[in-house]
Amino acid sequence: MKLKLNIWRQKNREDRGEFVTYHLDDVNSHMSFLEMLDVLNQQLIEKGEQPVAFEHDCREGICGACGLVINGYPHGPEEGTTTCQLHMRHFKDGDEITIEPWRSKAFPVVKDLVVDRSSLDRLMQHGGFVSIRTGSAEDANNTLIPKEKSDLAMDAAECIGCGACVASCPNGAAMLFVSAKVSHFALLPQGQPERKRRAIQMVQAMQDEGFGACTNYRECEAVCPKRISINFIGMLNREFIKASVLSGAEKGGKYRSK
Amino acid sequence: MNRLLDAYRTSIGKKFVVAVTGVILFLFVLGHMFGNLQIFVGAERLNAYAAFLQNLGELLWAVRTFLFLALVLHVMAITQLFFQNLGARPIKYRVKKTRETDLSARTMIYSGPAILAFLIYHLLHFTYGSVHSDFIHGDVYHNVISGFAIWWVSGIYILANILLGLHFKHGLWSWFQTLGFAHPKYNKWRTNFATFFAYLIIVGNVSMPVAVLAGWIQ
Amino acid sequence: MKLDANIPEGPIEKKWENYRDKVALVSPANKRKRKIIVVGTGLAGGSAAATLAELGYDVEAFCYQDSARRAHSIAAQGGINAAKNYQNDGDSIWRLFYDTVKGGDFRSREANVYRLAEVSNLIIDQCVAQGVPFAREYGGKLANRSFGGAQVSRTFYARGQTGQQLLLGAYSALIRQVAAGKVKMHPRTEMLDLVLVDGRARGIVTRNLETGKVRSFSADAVILATGGYGNVFYLSTNAKGSNATAIWRAYKRGAGFANPGFVQIHPTCIPKTGDYQSKLTLMSESLRNDGRIWVPKKKNDKRPANEIPESDRDYYLERRYPSFGNLVPRDVASRAAKNMCDEEHGVGLTGLGVYLDFADAIKRLGEQAVRERYGNLFEMYERITGEDPYKVPMRIYPAIHYTMGGLWVDYNLMSNIEGLFVLGEANFSDHGANRLGASALMQGLADGYFIIPYTLGRYLANIGYDDLDVSHSAFSDAEHQVTERISSLLAIKGKQTVDTFHRRLGEILWDNCGMSRTEQGLKDAIEKIAAIREEFWSDLRVPGTDRDLNQELEKAGRVADFIELADLLARDALERRESCGGHFREEFQTEEGEALRDDENFTHVAVWEYGGDGAEPVRNVEPLQFENVKLTQRSYK
Repeated sequence: MKLKLNIWRQKNREDRGEFVTYHLDDVNSHMSFLEMLDVLNQQLIEKGEQPVAFEHDCREGICGACGLVINGYPHGPEEGTTTCQLHMRHFKDGDEITIEPWRSKAFPVVKDLVVDRSSLDRLMQHGGFVSIRTGSAEDANNTLIPKEKSDLAMDAAECIGCGACVASCPNGAAMLFVSAKVSHFALLPQGQPERKRRAIQMVQAMQDEGFGACTNYRECEAVCPKRISINFIGMLNREFIKASVLSGAEKGGKYRSK
Repeated sequence: MNRLLDAYRTSIGKKFVVAVTGVILFLFVLGHMFGNLQIFVGAERLNAYAAFLQNLGELLWAVRTFLFLALVLHVMAITQLFFQNLGARPIKYRVKKTRETDLSARTMIYSGPAILAFLIYHLLHFTYGSVHSDFIHGDVYHNVISGFAIWWVSGIYILANILLGLHFKHGLWSWFQTLGFAHPKYNKWRTNFATFFAYLIIVGNVSMPVAVLAGWIQ
Repeated sequence: MKLDANIPEGPIEKKWENYRDKVALVSPANKRKRKIIVVGTGLAGGSAAATLAELGYDVEAFCYQDSARRAHSIAAQGGINAAKNYQNDGDSIWRLFYDTVKGGDFRSREANVYRLAEVSNLIIDQCVAQGVPFAREYGGKLANRSFGGAQVSRTFYARGQTGQQLLLGAYSALIRQVAAGKVKMHPRTEMLDLVLVDGRARGIVTRNLETGKVRSFSADAVILATGGYGNVFYLSTNAKGSNATAIWRAYKRGAGFANPGFVQIHPTCIPKTGDYQSKLTLMSESLRNDGRIWVPKKKNDKRPANEIPESDRDYYLERRYPSFGNLVPRDVASRAAKNMCDEEHGVGLTGLGVYLDFADAIKRLGEQAVRERYGNLFEMYERITGEDPYKVPMRIYPAIHYTMGGLWVDYNLMSNIEGLFVLGEANFSDHGANRLGASALMQGLADGYFIIPYTLGRYLANIGYDDLDVSHSAFSDAEHQVTERISSLLAIKGKQTVDTFHRRLGEILWDNCGMSRTEQGLKDAIEKIAAIREEFWSDLRVPGTDRDLNQELEKAGRVADFIELADLLARDALERRESCGGHFREEFQTEEGEALRDDENFTHVAVWEYGGDGAEPVRNVEPLQFENVKLTQRSYK
């Protein structure tokens, strides 16, 4: 099949960037979307032009490195699919495809279609963990966890950190990402000691990184390649309100005269 | 107090305020609508209801102040969120499509200011009478009938209430989500709840100008 | 080359305990003064960096990805082994040890493997405590499943994403230390050289992949946890970025490279469809628990699978290996598939594929149960192939998956270069000539969480303090060499792209150093690799500059190293004149076509030593002593 590609090209962080149109013939329908871009890049190099930079690594839908906005959808038109797992059989001869990077203040463009998602790592630094020292764990089967709870925690834990939720959100919010992490731990006994701290700190960090606010558009769950539900956003809201508004401060256990 | 201010600094904190005040305003709109629907009973009933409200005196002002504060907080929080969201994506997409977002969600940011503008008009129109061509203080029934008799005035009311309904459709659903009432078992119920009340508000409030225009009440 | 495995005294059950009882310690105040470099943030590197930082060391961690969470450990699907015996099915540390040694075809070091089996249980405890949501039974206890090469159910799993969940666990521990200021994380940074001062590993030279800036870091010890070199074959189940540059640079600085020819070919991958193919996707081995592998009995049978009656199907693994059936180890399953395809029983358009059929499992368990167990794998298969595996059998074919070979390390996981530690897949490890399923995750985490904290302390306790920093001439010399090399890659300005060379290199290796190898084929390969190397350095085209994000330049450096490594791989395969595990030499097989070991001459680790530019590498050996298990012909019949 033949394709017309409109691709965002930007030399570096400072460059203004622009769309450039490319024509590609002989695209095989069994190719993955990224393999199609590989073919384009090989042709560009042979012509002496600069290949299109895009992020990718495992190419099996789990590392979360890849991510392109394809014709207006993060990760493209297929639901529950990462860009690397999208195959060209979902396009047809003569299609025009517009390819853009994730757009968010918190994800500055590094080059072409590559963005800097270190803001997600920084969110994780604000409590996306259980503070447990190596070697201090008890026997794994001492803690009973109902299968349903564990499965639900796994639903949240499947997040691959690709950032499509942010890219799709009309407000550029990172709520689905943060909610998945907070819920994962809130559902498990291991996450209880730091439950409140985690919710408060991660939500505050989200603010500091320049993400937008959730207005319940539900776009994030619709593009999430792991189909993570916005039920977790409800859970995050609950966790945050319980931790910050409803519960008393955990201090004041010592009497002070004046 | 610091803790609450810290919470307010976050988007969820602001949304909490939006949700709580939104529900207060919703309950007011609902009550207001049922009160006004007494117009279908007759002039005496409606005017008596209006007089009853007027006679509440300080209590009325307390309620008004409360509602005003709720409105101010609602608008303030949402305005802050709006600017936060505006800044979160400095460079827009050339092509952006949506899968889930419905009309009511997409138009919140337009229906909100429009309703606010309408609210001011509505207060000047029926409460103070300054933009009413035939306003008689104390005769609410007369004011409504004569006000709605002008087709474009009714038009404004009908349009505004459709927007109000749309606003509630997403707002009420969001209310559950924002306050954390989210559970796969009851989520369908949330949508039905929001849709029901959205339509109820539209039907109830629109019925009045329509009835006047159609000559059902005079 | 001095190769002392430094195995502690005592009976095998007591070695690690004795070691820990007697090992020298570093006091808390002194730990703060020690800087450790960790390259790679997968299961081994991530867990090591986090644990060492918890102990108080000053850690600098590096990864080429944009985030530590994306290391390729994330792609491991099936599970992680541990000798918990929660199933009461006869498992024990000894049995896990024995299965691993036997699975590796008796080419691994007993003491290391025993220690691995010993700490396996701690890993599960640690991961659960971190909040890893392993699969559970209704009673709330952990669930297990069985895996290839074992007759017990000892594999813990988190749906089909065990690697992801374990990595996110290690990443969360790491990020916690980053937040605490104990780990300085350097993402998008590639290690391009190892720096030795007075014979000890004292630092690395890196390139920032976004800005192109070349920079040195000094430390008291360097830990490489950079994964395997499977991508030398171009098509593999590795991530596109997985590379051997770090270990290859270390090799060229004098580290021994052990058993480079031991490569694992995974039997259950989605077959290749065309020349544009950029990677192969693995379907978890766990599928073999319920799926049945078969080919049509007739040659070149082009009927669709469901039109082939039972009587015309050959369930060849069940037929040839009745006691293990579809659960034979990976090397055996892969070779059997290749044989079937060589004999023209292969299926699919290319004829390079066999069926993995779930019809019986669906009948037995119901579609819902199958969906629960393998739903995400089935979905992935459908996404890639466009076929629905609930209705038509999957087509699978072996693909390069894992490299048992790697840098040589002793019992302390230290290479022959003092202060250079190598963890996870990057070392030659515990898997001998073949790794069992669900053991890579176990080894990576064992090395990082539970072994390096002791062995590193032992090393540091015995060396002095100095104020060495990157102003030392060893660093500027290494930096100079790194920038020279980058410039020379950019200066070739030839016609062919990096991928062209990489693909051709991969084809040579797959054809000659893949599932079956011959003396002639290996000799041919060595010649062809030399030719490719020459062509690469005279006709490569790398666009752009070294001052910004240049993905072609990154690939060029990695492929240049792969070409050199390919040569060593072929040489190792040529010199090992026996068949064992994943290394199958056609000249050495039993009458039934099984691998035929030569225990008399090859019960050793082949450790290759860099001979200098243009000179031949030197083959050293570390003899393997088996005091606890008896060497037998591996049989899964």
